Amino acid sequence: MTFNTVQRARRKTAGMAAIIVAMGLGLAGCGPAPRASGINDPFEASNRKVHQFNKDVDQALFRADDRPSKPPGPIGNAIGNIGDNLGLPSMVVNALLQGRPEPAVKNTFRFFINSTLGLGGIFDPAGQSFSLPETETDFGETLHVWGVGEGAYIELPILGPSTERDTLGTVVDLIIDPLNALDPDPRLVAKTFRLGAKVIQRKRYSSTVDSILYGSADSYAQSRLLYLQNRRFELNGEETDDANVYDPYEDPALQ
Amino acid sequence: MPMSMTPMKTPRCNRRRALGLGAAGLAAALLPGPALALNDAQARALIQQAVNDVNAAISSGRTGPALYAMFEQIFAKYADVNVIGRSALGVAARQASPAQLAAFTKAYQGYLARKYGKRFREFIGATFKVEGARPIKSFYEVKTLASLRGQAPFEVLWQVSDRSGRDRFFNLIVEGVNMLASERAEIGAMLDRRRGNIDALIVDLKAAG
Repeated sequence: MTFNTVQRARRKTAGMAAIIVAMGLGLAGCGPAPRASGINDPFEASNRKVHQFNKDVDQALFRADDRPSKPPGPIGNAIGNIGDNLGLPSMVVNALLQGRPEPAVKNTFRFFINSTLGLGGIFDPAGQSFSLPETETDFGETLHVWGVGEGAYIELPILGPSTERDTLGTVVDLIIDPLNALDPDPRLVAKTFRLGAKVIQRKRYSSTVDSILYGSADSYAQSRLLYLQNRRFELNGEETDDANVYDPYEDPALQ
Repeated sequence: MPMSMTPMKTPRCNRRRALGLGAAGLAAALLPGPALALNDAQARALIQQAVNDVNAAISSGRTGPALYAMFEQIFAKYADVNVIGRSALGVAARQASPAQLAAFTKAYQGYLARKYGKRFREFIGATFKVEGARPIKSFYEVKTLASLRGQAPFEVLWQVSDRSGRDRFFNLIVEGVNMLASERAEIGAMLDRRRGNIDALIVDLKAAG
């Protein structure tokens, strides 16, 4: 790739980012979408097929010998940490799009500290010594903050549980990632580490993921429920409408 | 009758601060109508003890079945195992005989201790801290924060009631994931697989988790 095409690609990314920011400013007045409840899964039949495919892939990659998958070793952890660190610029962009300067500033400091003192993100001095743990976010959350509702539940091939809104978020995150502005070679290296971090994440939570995928009587229903509950918590915090809180002592079905 | 109690609603953005100030206890004291027998301090004390025991179990150095046995003891001591079991069975609980229900509850308790014991094992090195409590419907919700070095602390909510005759917790919500809701789905799926046969479900439960 010549210098000119790189420049053009950068300009294209910048143009895309500008459009998204403009969209955000237009929507920002609406406030965040209300907390979703229940399970909206009109695509259950096809989702279940994708779920079986994902399980087969997981089995082949992580449990080929049918034994429980193992947690990552030191090298795996280093790769995961580098990949996680490289995810921070995108989180900074999203925090800004959400109009949340504080996590943007914190993640920026975290990125610079761990990229330098932390040797490219292998170590985590920002979290360990500077009280700057990662403030996780993504474009799915940005859409939520802009007032976009959750939509239907979708299980994506390889990527797993998602919703219509979060699927769109995943696509946009690929486009607006500041790493796209890197020259082709370092960009490829960076993206490879990002992918590596996803694999390591599967291994870090190996026993939890194993228990849901292989230990559950209906792993599709469990992963759907866990994903939706946890995602709603990430976006809206804990349930604050007491009317929606279940009280087994007042459940007529149990009396 | 606690159901007649109208929960006090504070705007969402103020609630966290209200919790921090211990205003939940104040709210409970000011509520009209018959007061709850359980109060804020008792709910917090129960969870503080449970959390201390969990911390001690995690740092005991025990692993595998020995650790799960410790968790089962903690669970039996601090949780209302009966209502947790009944709510997982749902309407099927009404069709079960008392003997079936007792056998189910025992098997279910072991299953939960193994399953959640494995999860808690991933929290080795974590410390739980009680943050506050608030009344909801007929019970209290106690908020704890679990911290792992270098990671953002995560939230665990414990729902506590005295409706069993003793102060006991009956639900855990970890980062939004609600144990009662998840287990009702899971036990429902296990029961479906056995075409509603509770005895077969009990056998399955002994090997699951």
